[in-house]
Order: sequence, then C-alpha cells, then structure tokens
Amino acid sequence: MFAPAYLDHNATTPVSSAALEAMLPYLRQQFGNASSRHEYGREARRAIDTARQRVAQAVGAHPTEVIFTSGGSEANNLFIKGAAIARRTVDKRFPLVAISAIEHPCVREPARQLAKAGGSLREIAVDAECRIASADFSTVISEQPALISVMLANNETGAVQDIATLAAMAAPTGAWFHSDAVQALGKIPVDFRSLNAAGVHALTFSAHKLGGPKGAGALVVDKRVELAPLIAGGGHERGLRSGTENVPAIVGFGVACAEAVERLQQNAQRLRALRDEIERGLVQQGAAIFAATADRLPNTVYFSLSGIDGETLVAKLDRAGYAVASGAACSSANPEPSHVLLSMGIEPALARGAVRISLGPNNTNAEIAGFLQALAATRTNLQSLTAMVG
Amino acid sequence: MLKLPIYLDYSATTPVDPRVAAKMIPYLTEHFGNPASRSHPFGWVAEQAVEEAREEVAKLVNADAKDIIWTSGATESNNLAIKGAAHFYAGTKGKHIITVSTEHKAVLDTVKELERQGFEATYLDPQPDGLITADQIKAALRKDTVVVSVMAVNNEIGVIQPIAEIGEICRANGTIFHVDAAQATGKMPIDLTRLKVDLMSFSAHKTYGPKGVGALYVRRKPRVRLEAQMHGGGHERGLRSGTLATHQIVGMGEAFRLAREEMATENERIRMLRDRLMKGLMDIEETYVNGDIDHRVPHNLNVSFNFVEGESLIMAIKDIAVSSGSACTSASLEPSYVLRALGRSDELAHSSIRFTIGRFTTEEEIDFTVKLLHEKIGKLRELSPLWEMFQDGIDLSTVQWAAH
Repeated sequence: MFAPAYLDHNATTPVSSAALEAMLPYLRQQFGNASSRHEYGREARRAIDTARQRVAQAVGAHPTEVIFTSGGSEANNLFIKGAAIARRTVDKRFPLVAISAIEHPCVREPARQLAKAGGSLREIAVDAECRIASADFSTVISEQPALISVMLANNETGAVQDIATLAAMAAPTGAWFHSDAVQALGKIPVDFRSLNAAGVHALTFSAHKLGGPKGAGALVVDKRVELAPLIAGGGHERGLRSGTENVPAIVGFGVACAEAVERLQQNAQRLRALRDEIERGLVQQGAAIFAATADRLPNTVYFSLSGIDGETLVAKLDRAGYAVASGAACSSANPEPSHVLLSMGIEPALARGAVRISLGPNNTNAEIAGFLQALAATRTNLQSLTAMVG
Repeated sequence: MLKLPIYLDYSATTPVDPRVAAKMIPYLTEHFGNPASRSHPFGWVAEQAVEEAREEVAKLVNADAKDIIWTSGATESNNLAIKGAAHFYAGTKGKHIITVSTEHKAVLDTVKELERQGFEATYLDPQPDGLITADQIKAALRKDTVVVSVMAVNNEIGVIQPIAEIGEICRANGTIFHVDAAQATGKMPIDLTRLKVDLMSFSAHKTYGPKGVGALYVRRKPRVRLEAQMHGGGHERGLRSGTLATHQIVGMGEAFRLAREEMATENERIRMLRDRLMKGLMDIEETYVNGDIDHRVPHNLNVSFNFVEGESLIMAIKDIAVSSGSACTSASLEPSYVLRALGRSDELAHSSIRFTIGRFTTEEEIDFTVKLLHEKIGKLRELSPLWEMFQDGIDLSTVQWAAH
C-alpha cells in the first residue's frame, strides 16, 4: 500500500513497538481469563494489576481509582450517565448537567439523553479562542449543576482548559467535576492527585490516542463519587464495569501510558517545534489559525483557507500523500460545520474550510516541509478553479 | 511431553488461534487507522477490514452483515439487548421480562437492574436436566411480556436450550426474544434465517478470537428497535458509539470464519475426547454428570464427585486448569447457582468440576486427566469420614448433625 504521511494523530495513533511487544504474549500463550483461579487466570490477573499500576502512576492516581473500560467513549458515558443515575436514586430525578459547548459527542450525547429522560442540560460557552468563558462559567455555577464536565484538551483545536481553576470555582457547590483528558495524556502533564486536590473528581483516558491499542480506556475517579454501572454482570472493576477483561489491550494501555509520560517533555518540545513550523507556513499562505492564542496541545493546529472547502482540501491533500482530517474523526461523515468552531463564533463559511493537523512522535521535518509545499500547490490550484467558476 | 497445567477450561476463555493472531497484528501496526476517518486511506483500510469481519460474523449464523453491531464483548451485548429492548418497548408492550435462573450473570444482573427500575421479572427454574421447556415459557408469557432472554448453551453445564421452539412462542406473543449465544458459536450450527430470534449476543474470546470484542445481532426484518446504551459519535447505526477496535474486530471475523469452516470436523474430534473423558471418570464410584448429556455441546462435561470437598479437590488437581462454577463467579466460594437451580444438593454442587475441551486438547491430556482424578479422588476419600460412613452403609441424609 502507498502510505501517505500520517498527520492525524488526534484521530488515532499507531501502536508503539513497546506496547505491541508487551501485548503479544497475551494474544498467544498467556491467554487466561483473569477471573479464573488457575494459573492461566492468575497470570492474566497479575498482568492487569501491573497495567493498572502503570496507568495510575502515569496519571498521578492510586491504582484503585482506575476503572478500565473499552475506551474513552465508554469512560465518558460511565461518568455522565453513571453519576446521573446514581444521583437519581437519591433525588428521584435526573440532575442538571453542565458541559462545555465544545465537548466530544461521547460527553455531549449521553448528557442530551439524560436531558430527554427528564434531566436538564446546560452548555457552558467558550470564547473566540476556544477557552471557557469565565463569566458564563460563573453563571452556570450559580445554577447549581450536580455534574460538570469540561474537557482538558479539545480534539479539534487542541485548546487546553485550566480545569484546576474551574474545578476550584465549582468546588463550593458540591458538584462532581469531570474532565475528558483523552487528548491530553502524553501531550501535556496530567496529574490526578493535584487536580483532585483542586476539585476535579474524574478523568477519562483512552489507550489508542497515545500509542496504545484500540479497545482500552479508563475512568480515573475519586471514590467519593457514586456511580451506577452501565454494564452489569459479574461485578468486574469493583462492580462498576462487568465483562471479561481485555487483557492484551489493558497491558498495551499500561505500557503506552508509561512510555508516553516518560517521553512527554522530549516529545512535546519536538512536536511544538514542528507544529510551529507548519503554523508559520500556513499563516504565510493566508490561513486562519483557530484558537491561535489559546494554550494549546503542542501537536495540534486547526486552520481554514478562505474560500476553500475543508472536505475538498483534505481529499486533495490525501492524493498528494498527506493524511489529515477535516473535523473530528468520529463525525467525519457529518457534513455540518464543526460544532466546536460554531461555538467559538466562527462564521459557518470559514468553519466549513476547517482542516486539522495533529502530529505524532514519528513525524519528521521533511514531512512538514513536503506538506507545506503540497498545500501551496493545492491551494493555488483550488483558488484558480474558484476564480474561474466565480 | 505434556505441558502442565493442562488447559481444560475452554468455556472460560480460549487461546487466540495463531491464524487469528497473525491476521490481527497488521492492524496494530501498519494498518492502524481509525475506521471512522473518512479523509485518508488509513481510515479506509481499517473500515474495509471491519466490514469484511462483519460479513464473516454474519455468515457463521446465517445472518445479514447489516444486522451485526460490534460491542466490547458478550456482556455488553447482553446489556444492550435486554436494556435496549426493554426501554424501547416498555411504553408500548409492557414491563414484564422472562428469563431463566441458570443464565449467565450478564443477563441475570441486567434483569435485576431493570427490576430496580420498575420492571417485573420471572425467573424460570429449569428441569433437573438443566433444560427449560417451551411449555414453561408459554405458561409464563403475559400480554405485557416485553423481553424473553434464554441462552443457547449454558456456560457451566453445556446444555442446549430449545431456542427454535421458544422463538415461535415469543413471536406469536409479540415479545422480543433475546438469546445469549456466547457459548454456542462454533459449537453448534446457528441459522438465524430459520430461528425466530430477534437479538443474539456473541463473544469472540470463547471461539478462539480475542478478548474485548463481541457482537449483537439485531434483526431488521421484522425490525427490532433498541435504545442505545452508549452514546457519542453515532457509530454502529447509532446503537453503539465508540472508536471501533479494528484489530479485535478483524480477529473476531477470522475466528468466526475458522469456526464456520472447521466446526463439523472439529466437533467430532472434541466429542470423541469428551466421551473418553466421561467414560474414564464414570469408573469412579459416586460420580454424577450434571445436566442433560444428549442436548449438550460436545465440549462440556460437568461432573460432581460425591464425598469429596470441592476446594480440596481443586487444590489436589492443580495440574489441570478447570473451573468449579463459571469463571466469572469462581472467585467466590458459593456453590454454583446453576447446579443449585437444577436441584443438586449443596454438597454435590460444591464438589463439581467443569471440564471444557477445545481445539488444542489432545487424547494424551484427557488420559492424564482421567488418571489424575482417579488418584486424587481416591486419596481424598480415604481421608473423608463421610466416605467411610457411606462405605459402611449409613444413609447420610438421615444423620442428625450436632451444631457447634
């Protein structure tokens, strides 16, 4: 297969060789079910225990605070629905849930479902730079939501929220504060212990966004938070998530976490340099950079070229050998402009041009230079076409 | 040379077939794309692999690929099927659910959760042979019965429930019929064009595929609707959101393809091994097979050894990896709820062993197992005062034990 340069690491990442090596024995001779009491089972259980310690250490949590799930979507659903259902058993109705306007669908959709089932939903506004609007956040706090979810880093713009400050503001209300940290881990420091001290009660992580396999994720959660399980049957994961543990994926997740955190400084510095280089090139070519002045992930740049449709541009770039995204991978089939950009007040016409580049540790300077050249050629081509049609 | 411990616990989980693992690995490395990425070949290659695997899973059960929804495993499939259908149809059909007391915990705990939400449940006890009858279902069905859930093959005793007959009865009553087939795939033919089953749960890791992936068959003709349990990007027809784990799905597809192609010959070999094991163990006095032996998958033999204490037995036979009760609940010392539902005494339930045979089991391993059991049970009974009393002709059921 002709392999384009992969510049879409916020969609998914290749499995690192260390994670793969660690997984392989569990796809071969060490195949036991971790609930079995014989040696095959005990071996699997030990592997899960080690992985749980690795994940906990990487995110600054205690191993008993780590609940393994099938991925980030499930972990987000487990917090939003699980905490709301637990709350309902006390209050006899679903609570007010506040989420930021830029959340991933796997936070937004469960919150909307709860609102349909008799709860209520409040979206927290962001400013033009994709930062939580602090005035609106204060208003939301005064409305006394029971659950608040604000993502740590946005998958599209890469904007990073100051969740410690937001959680501290919310703390006096007694609301449970959750943050989807799927895009943050391995790219910026994440420490549950200090965030928890500030008032963050739960974080969501996913293996396949940081060099681990698809099929594993975790909810790291303060044990004071009452959660109802979404998947019943057998009582695995302290009764919060039943089902035979996916041993190889969990093992890979543990190794990938340890590796990503260990190399964080070095990778982040390199990625930031590459990203800044792309960004300078983009600006020179007249691109608008979204959330340019916000604190952003070091690997992400999100831009639009005036008058050029994002879908068309990514298709041309693909043919030129560069794999990028025109929006979040999960909603790529949806032709609507990004809800994140619309929430930031970006004009729909400009939002339709949005293209996301997200870098990984294997990307090179040569790929960046090649990308900028390809973009320049494509842009000239597309703009002259537009001019002819116009 | 035998490798110890000998694995005879194929119903807890199976090794990934090396052919399956070989097919999976490229999707962890060069073909690592997100199947939802629509703008580049990394995504397209992954999506194509996912769709090919869907075809293979559908073919094993003679269904349409469009009827297959990926999940993280049979536990999630069971939760999605039962809660999803119960919630969707509660308003129009009613809030009564029927299941069987010997179902897997993934079904029983789900139904219990629905009971807490205001549903009403009937738990049918099977006959002493482990089988539920169509008449029992018929008698329990009500106008407001929204879901009936009966497993195809029991995980502990391997008996095959009369799914075809139950399906007819449910369809006539307008009730959604769900079948947990986690223990059935590759062990018996399943033809969903003939069965009146609306929802069927599958697991990969019980059929030589990887852990972490399963599927739910959701009938489209006549159409069955479900309320999604996991929300997000709208993957899997909106019924199950979350990035698809391509390598795992590829593994499940390959495992189910192999099952389809090799089931007939493989099951004959396994039946021969199981019969050899049974014959060898039945030579031991006071040994009882649990569950009907004819309506049963060839892979399973569940036996109770009277006058032997279960825990000591497990400790004594460390050279074979078997389970007492099912893997999911075997961490507890409670006697198997399945055997108790069959009317077995606590003593017999406590002294039961589930032997499950699979693709890589050899005749030599079976012979070793028979010899080991003869030896160890002999020794344990030598130490047992109960066995001595039994040998002396005392009817233990008449003994009045003093309380301490």
